[in-house]
Amino acid sequence: MSTVRSPFRSQVRALTDHAVTGLAVLATLLVVTPLVAIFGYLIYKGAVSLNWAFFTQIPKPVGEAGGGMANAILGSGILLGVASLIGVPIGIGAGIFLAEFGRGTKLANAVRFTADVLNGVPSIVMGLAIYALIVVPQGHFSALSGGVALGVMMIPTVCRTTEEMLLMVPHAVREAALGLGVPNWRSVLSITVKTASPGIITGCMLAFARVAGETAPLLFTALGNDFWSASLNQPIAALPLQIYVYALSPYDDWHRLAWAGALVLILLIVLAVSLVRFVTSRGVLKGAS
Amino acid sequence: MRASEVPSTPLPPSSHGSHAGTSPVAGASPAAGSGPGALKGTGVEVSAVRSFLLARGNSSLADRGFKWLMVLCALSIFGIVVLIVWQLVLRSQLSWHAFGFKFFYQTFTDPESHRSMYWDPVNSQFSAIPFIFGTLVSSFLALLIAVPLAVGVAIFLTEMCPRALRGPLAFLTELLAAIPSVIYGLWAVFVLVPLLRDYMNPLLVKWLGWTTLFNDDNPTGLGFLAAGIILAVMILPIISSLTREVMSAVPHSQREAALALGATRWEMIRISVLRNARIGIVGGIILGLGRALGETMAVTMVIGNTPEIHRSLLANGSSMASVIANEFTEAVGNMHLSALIEIGLALFVVTIIVNAIAQVLVWAVTRGAPAQTR
Repeated sequence: MSTVRSPFRSQVRALTDHAVTGLAVLATLLVVTPLVAIFGYLIYKGAVSLNWAFFTQIPKPVGEAGGGMANAILGSGILLGVASLIGVPIGIGAGIFLAEFGRGTKLANAVRFTADVLNGVPSIVMGLAIYALIVVPQGHFSALSGGVALGVMMIPTVCRTTEEMLLMVPHAVREAALGLGVPNWRSVLSITVKTASPGIITGCMLAFARVAGETAPLLFTALGNDFWSASLNQPIAALPLQIYVYALSPYDDWHRLAWAGALVLILLIVLAVSLVRFVTSRGVLKGAS
Repeated sequence: MRASEVPSTPLPPSSHGSHAGTSPVAGASPAAGSGPGALKGTGVEVSAVRSFLLARGNSSLADRGFKWLMVLCALSIFGIVVLIVWQLVLRSQLSWHAFGFKFFYQTFTDPESHRSMYWDPVNSQFSAIPFIFGTLVSSFLALLIAVPLAVGVAIFLTEMCPRALRGPLAFLTELLAAIPSVIYGLWAVFVLVPLLRDYMNPLLVKWLGWTTLFNDDNPTGLGFLAAGIILAVMILPIISSLTREVMSAVPHSQREAALALGATRWEMIRISVLRNARIGIVGGIILGLGRALGETMAVTMVIGNTPEIHRSLLANGSSMASVIANEFTEAVGNMHLSALIEIGLALFVVTIIVNAIAQVLVWAVTRGAPAQTR
């Protein structure tokens, strides 16, 4: 182990050290390369096919040039609206319970564990459950069932991020409010939640961005639609769903549209994720200090 | 207590007449409302301040209501699990009664060609073996590729990276996690599969064909290898970010102790950091496995969707999630639908167990601190 005893051994150790450094750098390069490749290719193929028609027209029949994915963008918006209506209030409520009322209790630990496990459940299973729950009794596919499937997927994510943000609010703020005679429910809502609201909003945005790209639960709830539709009782188009269908089709025009759609989707998600990182890195509790 | 005494003296802390509902002072029973601060229904006089405060009421009803509303929201999480299990079990009853446990291991023989068949919607013969096989093969291939890379990236980012690069590189790795699965599938179909078909698969057949793992009878580029590679790209950020988290949690004193004893940097990492973060890294790997098992869209687009079992990694196959995605909307009859839902139930149970194990391991290392959202 000492250099006096065996110069060869110390050389081997130094060599191993350098080799491992090289391997680690290689691994990083191998990881960053597909990312850059995917992004670069996406931007290249997508930008070429992105034009005004993409945002304003519905898909044309096969063989006709042009057309767009306007109905898919509208459909995604409607689905995400319904999903947020379900996912955000219930998720924030669960998070408030975990941070304010249940801290340290066995119930809270069980809820937290279950929420983390639910985050890993395949989205297609969620789609199956909502299919069985809503589509089968109703007898038809609908935007409502798609929105419910996406909303239910948002609940565990929103719950955990809300809890994390609420835990960061210092006790002094809560105690000051309670000491002034503010009722507990009012203190939680108007003081604690309001203090943590930038973080909670970014948590919701994170869940929103994640759910915006989900396709599998929509495969048999919203089903997809080639025409304009804004009704909650009819199948509706969605951006990731449309990309999936077009990518697997044999038509070049549709491939072009799929790339453009993918670019729009990824830009939206990167925007949301960057915003989240920006807000959380700057610190969320400027109001509390 | 007399109304005249109140402004100057502190209220005595006795229960005597202070609370509504306690027994009135013996003997005195003035009519309700008489005197400036008489408590209704009792003979006790209270101060103006106290009667004002009591008349305001407290918010106990609102507090209780709010608390129970929050409890209800939290219980909805259990409700979601119950809902999924209930609906899946309910709708898979048909195929469960028809096949029982044999659904997961039976084989049928085609009467004409005498080959093994597993999935025959026309004759209502269903077996889940090819899908279990496909899921396992693609997931473990993904782990094989992703784990060394992810741990390597984590080691680089935590120990070796110049500080200025650390932020952007970490952000890039986490951005990998944010890309939706369809977009990975889109890229895989148009870039990865042609690459495999034209360049990599012939090379693999030529060099490694002797292992019988690389027979390419149907050279489309689709298959287990393509699925494994794209899955590896998808689970990499999960494993990497969790590994980085547990590695940063190792106290610096451990690192300094190893260095003080004369270890090289790699030896320091191996002895103090990796050894201490072992459990968390395993937890991260299992979490990545859980994600790979349930991944649907990217796998559906590149795995070839053939319900058969082949030894070769270059052959087409199918996974549990991909068969549901492909065949559900065009299912032939109730038995077919029920069989697909039973596969969905099996997938759900397996992912729940794998994710629960991973969460326990991760929790054991981070000591119950809130886990990162992906």
